[in-house]
Amino acid sequence: MRGFLSLHTRTGWLAFATLTALLLIAVPLLNALPADSALHLPDYLVPLLGKFCCYALVALAMDLIWGYTGILSLGHGVFFALGGYSMGMYLMRSMAGQGVYRSQLPDFMVFLNWKELPWFWHGFDQFWFAALMALAVPGVLAFVFGWFAFRSRIKGVYFSIITQALTFALMLLFFRNETGFGGNNGLTDFKQLLGFSLAEPGVKLGLYWISACVLLTVYLLAQAIVHSKFGRVLTAIRDAESRVMFCGYEPLYYKLAVWTLSAVLCGLAGALYVPQVGIINPSELEPTQSIEMAVWTAVGGRGTLAGALLGAATVNGLKSWFTVAAPELWLYVLGALFVGVTLFLPQGLIGLVRRLRPGKTEEVRA
Amino acid sequence: MSQQPPIPVPAGPLGGSSALPAVAAGLGEAPPAAPVPAVPREPLPADVRDRPVPDVSHGAILYLEGVNVAFDGFKAINDLDLSIDDGELRCIIGPNGAGKTTMMDIITGKTRPDSGQVYFGQTVNLLELREAQIAQLGIGRKFQKPTVFQGHSVFENLELAMQADKRVRRSLFAQLDAGQRARIDEVLGIIGLRGHERRPAGALSHGQKQWLEIGMLLMQNPRVLLVDEPVAGMTEQETAQTAELLVSLAGKHSVIVVEHDMAFVRSIARKVTVLHEGHVLAEGTMDQIQANPKVVEVYLGEGA
Repeated sequence: MRGFLSLHTRTGWLAFATLTALLLIAVPLLNALPADSALHLPDYLVPLLGKFCCYALVALAMDLIWGYTGILSLGHGVFFALGGYSMGMYLMRSMAGQGVYRSQLPDFMVFLNWKELPWFWHGFDQFWFAALMALAVPGVLAFVFGWFAFRSRIKGVYFSIITQALTFALMLLFFRNETGFGGNNGLTDFKQLLGFSLAEPGVKLGLYWISACVLLTVYLLAQAIVHSKFGRVLTAIRDAESRVMFCGYEPLYYKLAVWTLSAVLCGLAGALYVPQVGIINPSELEPTQSIEMAVWTAVGGRGTLAGALLGAATVNGLKSWFTVAAPELWLYVLGALFVGVTLFLPQGLIGLVRRLRPGKTEEVRA
Repeated sequence: MSQQPPIPVPAGPLGGSSALPAVAAGLGEAPPAAPVPAVPREPLPADVRDRPVPDVSHGAILYLEGVNVAFDGFKAINDLDLSIDDGELRCIIGPNGAGKTTMMDIITGKTRPDSGQVYFGQTVNLLELREAQIAQLGIGRKFQKPTVFQGHSVFENLELAMQADKRVRRSLFAQLDAGQRARIDEVLGIIGLRGHERRPAGALSHGQKQWLEIGMLLMQNPRVLLVDEPVAGMTEQETAQTAELLVSLAGKHSVIVVEHDMAFVRSIARKVTVLHEGHVLAEGTMDQIQANPKVVEVYLGEGA
């Protein structure tokens, strides 16, 4: 227990407790206030916050592999989308007979004149199977991809480019109707999850609440990981991989472990994301999506888990606001933010927060 | 300076020889307060669970024969024969491009030779092993440019280097025990960094980083230390301290030092090997080497 408590400084635990209270208690309470109250949190914001939680989960996963291990992935959208598609397939199957065509098959298959379910859709009528696949498919893909890439000692920008190619290739594949995942339109028009209607505000709040719980749990798990000897080896790989090797560690297995874990976390985020936004389509696989994920982590501050949360919240908060207020400006703002942070805040927003806190000198690790 | 604890030394192959006199001396001086177990504290990885005890019955801990390496037609190592005795301190000198660093790359598994044999003791063929496995066997290497984990504290650097089960799943739950903490403290003393253990390694001076790197090698309980240019960029005083450190390590470990600084080599060397164009040009004491006409020609007569 003491080892667990020492993961954070006292200020750190205080901040974490505040965040927990905000996400898990304050949000539902504010949402429950009467609609004419000034503090009322409108229903439409709840899934948005849920979406942010999923993005923050991705930023944590990104931070483990990039911030701590020094491996920049520009293809994490792949794992996010695969998790999302797994959940989407369950949602499609669970509404069999309720689609536009009243068919047992998903609507897009009827539209394509398919007569029976493709083999890879079997099992997805079971929630547990879909949930398992949402984690297993990204995990297995990451493991196989990582095995070949890391064993060949592909590093740095070459690795980033290959991951970018991976997400692009998968996007092209998923765009095709013949691939069997709804092509261009993807999977959408979901009705219910485990019998709960997705249109109900209460269900949306529940999904948000679960996403927030998962996020906070994964955050603590990630803290435990980076403070373990395993985490110290990861940082050592980032700083001096050859020294790690000549210390008798096989960097391959360490990289593979954290890479696969990172992919599984992204799959989890994708699975939580889809029922809240109500759609999954190949646009999640666009190369820019994956690059944006890296931007969240960079803006927040690489190598600090709190920074990942902060970055995902800041960038996506700004994005939501700008795409409503001044959509044509958003890409410029994103670019300026990224350039500004890179030039002036190499440790990201969290570095700025730490610098502004008086009387605190730089610690080896906060 | 506290005495380093004895590395686990097999009784058998060494026989009654006095190849490692310092080990016996070390046994008596081990601090009674923190008895250091004579066996590895944790089980080793499967591939080196029984860390093969090198068979040094013929005296050699490292043995290279007929090694050749060419890079794009350039023969970096040319029919190299080299034998290092157990517990020896050997200096390797040679002009730039003589193949000194390539030789270390071959021993540590970083470069695969085109032909030849490289043995650890009589029986362990190093050419069949990967870098990490060779390190686990007890062959430690210090790079020319000090390479430490900048973001980690001095203590954590030593902790990470410590001989232990270095598999992923062990590392998730690894906790230091009292014996391991004592060992880290002891190495801190040997390398003169006590009091600095909480500082990030990136904040150390150049000389301190070099010592930390040597300390990291010691944490692996190595049989062989390969040290590439340990005093490059050091002040005179730091150089003298490093010389003292390396001399004190010989006997307990075999130490191979590659160095350009001739005064430094003279101050520590008992036996010197001169490499030239990937081949051993001469071997002997410093005086013999300096009197050797071939060596003089290589070092002084290249333009003449």
